[in-house]
Amino acid sequence: MPKTLPLDQRPPLMRLDGVDKTFGTVTALQGMSVQVNQGDFISLLGPSGCGKSTVLRLISGLMRPTSGRLTWVDPPKRNDLGVVFQEPTLMPWATVAQNVWLPFRLQGKTYVEVRDDILEALRLVGLDKFQTSYPRELSGGMKMRVSIARAMVTRPKLILMDEPFAALDEITRFKLNNDLLALKEKIGCTVIFVTHSVFESVFLSDRILVMAARPGRVIEELQVDAPYPRDDVFRTSSEYAGFTRKASDALHTAMEEAA
Amino acid sequence: MSIAENAPETVIEDAEEKARRKSMQIEKAAKWLLPVVALGAGLGLWEFIVWWNDIPHYILPGPTLVLTTLVQDWVMLFQALLITLQITLMALAVAVIGGVGLAVLFNQSRWIEMSFYPYAVILQVTPVIAIAPLIFIYIDSRIAGLLLCAWIVAFFPILANTTLGLNSADHNLRDLFRIYGATRWQKLRYLQLPSALPYFLGGLRIAGGLSLIGAVVAEYVAGTGGLQSGLAFRILEAGYRLNIPRMFAALILIAATGVIIFVGLSFLSHMLLRKWHESALKRDG
Repeated sequence: MPKTLPLDQRPPLMRLDGVDKTFGTVTALQGMSVQVNQGDFISLLGPSGCGKSTVLRLISGLMRPTSGRLTWVDPPKRNDLGVVFQEPTLMPWATVAQNVWLPFRLQGKTYVEVRDDILEALRLVGLDKFQTSYPRELSGGMKMRVSIARAMVTRPKLILMDEPFAALDEITRFKLNNDLLALKEKIGCTVIFVTHSVFESVFLSDRILVMAARPGRVIEELQVDAPYPRDDVFRTSSEYAGFTRKASDALHTAMEEAA
Repeated sequence: MSIAENAPETVIEDAEEKARRKSMQIEKAAKWLLPVVALGAGLGLWEFIVWWNDIPHYILPGPTLVLTTLVQDWVMLFQALLITLQITLMALAVAVIGGVGLAVLFNQSRWIEMSFYPYAVILQVTPVIAIAPLIFIYIDSRIAGLLLCAWIVAFFPILANTTLGLNSADHNLRDLFRIYGATRWQKLRYLQLPSALPYFLGGLRIAGGLSLIGAVVAEYVAGTGGLQSGLAFRILEAGYRLNIPRMFAALILIAATGVIIFVGLSFLSHMLLRKWHESALKRDG
């Protein structure tokens, strides 16, 4: 089982240097510089319009920066990247197992070839009994689990998540937060997670980049050096409360600067 | 997490629930019963008016006479029906191939779409009955001419709907396909075609009716007699001979064919979509 190293000993995965992105006259992202290390769980925390999602689109290669550079230690191959969107984004005409098969299928691998990987991924998100169900038969939380299983079935180095739990109720969201940490520990990947929830960002991540809007930029980096595994005990601890206070203050500063 | 809560063993039904169930049962029966009653009443009235006013059969035959004619002329009419049906189904098949093929081609190349889409629209909006005489001047084969006419009427709804469907694929899924480095073909095969299926099936149901209309209209124009003539020609011929009961009998066969095509295509659509598409979902309450 891969073990996550302490924050200051992790080898680099990729970095952004002075990245700007403008759309017409709007500056979506200004001067973003950050180094992402292997095993990081980074949250991008900020109000709407601060360029959080733009960062993910840049890293996933769906967009190119207007200026600045993205550099990878190892240029990512097709299956080194997993993505989870705000909606589950499943193919409604395909069963759960066929949806999880997609990343492999696009590489030309047959179902039989990768069946074990698919079943393992579904087992990890607790849905191995639902392989033959169609997405519409599942609840919102279960659909999101399928989406997560699809993102991790190829064992990617980096998973990008764009407010994946924003539309779920709090109980489901807490459960998925716990499960996500367990999953990350198990497959030892790096996660970049976009959220506008202070509580979620503190619970999940060891690095929080607080962002401000107009123009979108990073105004502060916080480190949450509470050890993993974290569970419901951590969620109710005074240590957790202290971190959320710090993150919340930083977010307020971000809102004021933008106003 | 379970897919559905298990219903409790003993169902407790309150007064409101009972009333609603009863009204639903009545509605279900009425859905079948009312059209049948209306049809019976209509036919009865028709028969009565013909008998009461002593209308001669070469002006308006009563329903019983129409039915007798249908039985008497069955061999000849059925032969004609088979020919019309053959043209209709062939035209529908060509409309599916042409409509889907053009939609995919337009979808893959903006340049081709910009060049040719306006002409597809022009072909669609020009009444086929106006083009048909020209077609039969230039095309020697009667079958090919009939097919072409029926195709012109039927292909457009398939083209328009499939084009819409191919462009309706979920945007996040498109991004996902890009991130995973999907080829154009993979995107078409695994994302766009399945997304377009419900739209295509909607177009197919319209095209089924239209290809029958196209086949009948083309037969009117082509108009040659002999063994190879379909129902439309039989109607024309019966009209010349003032054999009005036979006209009605042939008309009934055409209408029935249209209904059967529609029901068949609706069933096909239901079978293909029932597992996943919203339109095929049964909802409670």
